[in-house]
Amino acid sequence: MSSTFDQVATIIAETCDIPRDTITPDSHAIDDLGIDSLDFLDIAFAIDKAFGIKLPLEKWTQEVNDGKATTEQYFVLKNLCARIDELVAAKTAGS
Amino acid sequence: MQLEYFQLIDRILDLDTEAKTIKVEAQVPTASTIFEGHFPGYPLMPGVLLIESMAQTCGWLLLGLMKFERMPFLAAVKEAKMRGFVTPGELLTIDANVLHEGSGYAITEARVKVGGKLRCNATIMFSHVPFPSPDMRGHMDAMAKRIGFPQQVLLP
Repeated sequence: MSSTFDQVATIIAETCDIPRDTITPDSHAIDDLGIDSLDFLDIAFAIDKAFGIKLPLEKWTQEVNDGKATTEQYFVLKNLCARIDELVAAKTAGS
Repeated sequence: MQLEYFQLIDRILDLDTEAKTIKVEAQVPTASTIFEGHFPGYPLMPGVLLIESMAQTCGWLLLGLMKFERMPFLAAVKEAKMRGFVTPGELLTIDANVLHEGSGYAITEARVKVGGKLRCNATIMFSHVPFPSPDMRGHMDAMAKRIGFPQQVLLP
């Protein structure tokens, strides 16, 4: 988890020019860090590449829009990192 | 090219859905009001239109990969390099490939060549969504026929 967070935080800092020390596991990518949807695509691209996965952004967005999930579940960084770890584990198990 | 309708691609030469590549041609017109202003006495194809021609090329590739079920929209020009002038009457060959297919977005690369020589290239990001209107879908179908979109790509 910490390793995943470090990688994600570095990606966010470099992609969005946000000071690394302001990014914490409890940071909400949208509400706290001010990352908009276009910038988040850049982050998703970097995460997809770094972890060899495909973040299901459309599914997450649909769940939030349908009221089946909150943005916190996917966009608070510790939760995002947990989702990434799950996707990596699923990919490893499937390969 | 029909610059006044923003239709920059004339024909698809090749579309390979396995390799995720496309090659198209685009004939720059010999005359256009655009060249009267850009620039008087030294007409040049504007860089923004070269970027648009690369974006449209990538868009046709993505449409093929998504079997016309979703429409790609330009989201970001990540990097574009204008390496040489393009002048009225030149025939452009534009090829593109997919760099990454994400969830609801894609990253592509495109290159414009004239006579085999690279004139510009770009990395372009698209978001894509289900067609927002039947009219748009119909328009894209008609455009696809006009430029020789290979219909076999759409077969299951």
